Amino acid sequence: MKRRRILATVAMLAAGSGLVACSSDEGGSDASNCTNTITKQNLPVVTMWGWYPNTQLVVDNFNKLHDDVQVCWTNVGQGGDEYDKFQTAISAGTGAPDVIMVEADRIPTFQIQGALVDIKQYGYDAVKANYGEGAWKDVSVGDAVYGVPVDGGPMGMIYRKDIFDKYKITPPKTWAEYEQAAQKVKDAGGPLFGDLGANVPAVLMALQIQKGASPFTFDPAQPKSIGVKLNDQASKDVLDYWGGLAKKGLVGTQDQFVPEYISGVINGKYATYISAAWAPGYLTGAGVGKGQDTGKFAVAPLPQWDPANPVQVNWGGSAFSVTKQAKKPELAAKVAYGLYADKESLTDGWTNQIIFPLNLTALNDPAFIDLKVAFFNGQQANKEVYVPAANAYKGVAYAPFGQYYLDAMTKQISEVIKGSVTGSQAADRLQEDVAKYAKEQGFTVQ
Amino acid sequence: MTLLTEKRAPRAHKETHKIRGKVHLREHLMGWLFVGPFGVVFLAFLIAPLLYALYLSLFQKKLIGGTSFVLFDNYVKAFTDPSFLSGAWFVIRFSLVAIPLQIVIALAMALILDAVTSLFARFSRLIIFLPYAIPTVIGAVMWGFLYSKGFGPLTDIFGLFGADAPDFLSSNLIFYGLLNVVTWQWVGYYMIILYAALQGVDPTLYEAARMDGAGRWQIALRIKIPLIAPALILILVFSLIGTLQFFNEPQILRYLAAGTIGSDFTPNMYAYQQAFSLANFNYGSAISFALGGIVFICVYAFLFFTRKRRSFL
Repeated sequence: MKRRRILATVAMLAAGSGLVACSSDEGGSDASNCTNTITKQNLPVVTMWGWYPNTQLVVDNFNKLHDDVQVCWTNVGQGGDEYDKFQTAISAGTGAPDVIMVEADRIPTFQIQGALVDIKQYGYDAVKANYGEGAWKDVSVGDAVYGVPVDGGPMGMIYRKDIFDKYKITPPKTWAEYEQAAQKVKDAGGPLFGDLGANVPAVLMALQIQKGASPFTFDPAQPKSIGVKLNDQASKDVLDYWGGLAKKGLVGTQDQFVPEYISGVINGKYATYISAAWAPGYLTGAGVGKGQDTGKFAVAPLPQWDPANPVQVNWGGSAFSVTKQAKKPELAAKVAYGLYADKESLTDGWTNQIIFPLNLTALNDPAFIDLKVAFFNGQQANKEVYVPAANAYKGVAYAPFGQYYLDAMTKQISEVIKGSVTGSQAADRLQEDVAKYAKEQGFTVQ
Repeated sequence: MTLLTEKRAPRAHKETHKIRGKVHLREHLMGWLFVGPFGVVFLAFLIAPLLYALYLSLFQKKLIGGTSFVLFDNYVKAFTDPSFLSGAWFVIRFSLVAIPLQIVIALAMALILDAVTSLFARFSRLIIFLPYAIPTVIGAVMWGFLYSKGFGPLTDIFGLFGADAPDFLSSNLIFYGLLNVVTWQWVGYYMIILYAALQGVDPTLYEAARMDGAGRWQIALRIKIPLIAPALILILVFSLIGTLQFFNEPQILRYLAAGTIGSDFTPNMYAYQQAFSLANFNYGSAISFALGGIVFICVYAFLFFTRKRRSFL
């Protein structure tokens, strides 16, 4: 009887200590839990989160080239999934990696919370010349630099050559021509001309900027005030234009980046895809251009509002940032500057169309510029479309509450698709919504 | 004799009391020891987080200006926040349709399976229960694909009749799309609970009823259902709590239809967005507590109106 009781007590204690053991796990920032294998032992290790499809190779290349520091990489999810985890780690004050891959439009969101390190003092001058001015602007807030650019997303219009040939249309140069062509295809009983996806608000934001909108104005010298202009005429025009296309049945209203959309792209349901330079790589990975649709795609410059004054815009693109939780920021900065910056990694990135590199050694590489892209059936897409678009891109000021803005915009696009509001009304509502949020967050809204 | 016993009794009483007291104490200690592990886990993983969330919900955190104590401001904000209110209204509407539907189907199936005893009945029981064994996430993903217009079966089935397939992921039909997923998932589980309750009913009651001339319908309606009323109320409470906290299915289907299912689709999703996407743990906690309040009121009202029937809680 007594022994049994002792045993029971021991068992309970053991169970209890198990619980305690669980709680001492630190999760994401743990260096013993790398996806990659670190072969060089006894070197300082920098932890990193990222989701490039070839991150494994990039990390291995970095580790091979360095004898003073090694990178421990974890993939904690793409985009929003990673940001949510990072956000939680910021709030918790622990659990973040030393270096993190972020899209340029998120940098202000994390910077304003004091979660990122200004890496200007840790070797910026040495690599400054490797990137264009626009690339640095996108990762900077004021004079401070919060990331090392890796890839960009100059936009173009991907289209189905077979559909364009069948209905005898040439790539539209303006948005007016785009609508005419769409009408022509529809009248001839053809497929949808494009797609308005509620879950890609960033595209519409870029298209609004193309028309001349500047959604957010933000002066880092006065961090408490922000300009929010989401319902100016340009923003309204673009939402009205796309809402109109959807209403007339010229474009689909399918969410993008989902199997439903991809199967539509493969089956020729959409004649065009307004997207960025990384899209061919993404589409190839999703299974597009491999079967019946092999070699049917081509790319043309983004249609313009005013062809006399073309404006190029950007969607996506990413950078490596150093987090405030990094114990050795200088070492972490070294990793941020060095990752994906060696020739081998960059070449792998652009030959497999995983990234559109912003590193000038790749961007100015004739092999890159003249590349005949297999996805586009040998078209020299970089030379004809993406490199000129990247060179003409001026940079943009992103919101320090990007997540809220994009969520709110998704909601409004969804309303436009439903037909419950017009594009202009949606822009007004969005303005009201986001301005209210900005005020709640303590900003003075201008 | 009487005198003797009277004299002795108090002493004996005292002694037994003493012994009983010792036993009591030992039993007491044993009891605590057994309850201990549960108690520790209960305090550490339920009560403490709840208190912490309550504490958090009394503060407000701003990007500019930091954190400040605001007492109940977050709650005032929640109950005037169209996102929270529309989400709450959605789950209430959803509960009003989904719960009766699920219970009726589960009850009908349980009664049929109880009345029929064959190999087929046993097989059906397993098949009906099976969806519950599939994780909600996988179930939601599966239905997401089945609803797909591009490669789901709906297009083919409706095509046979020359009709256009409905898009259950569109904003007009998402209510029914989710209703279907939830019903599919939970009916089997409720059915099993009701079936088990039916098995517990004394069969002699049926015999007596038959002798009094009751038919199958009458036995089902007048004997079986009233006797399993406690089990019915139990699953009603379960499903009410579960449905008001609706999260998994819409959160998963959101990956396929972000336009239809906004980040504030249900109160729980809204709390999740506030806490984990927007880093506003304070407001997220307040929403959670506000939702908890709504759940409490709904369950309390339900139990109040069914108080005569219940034999638990």
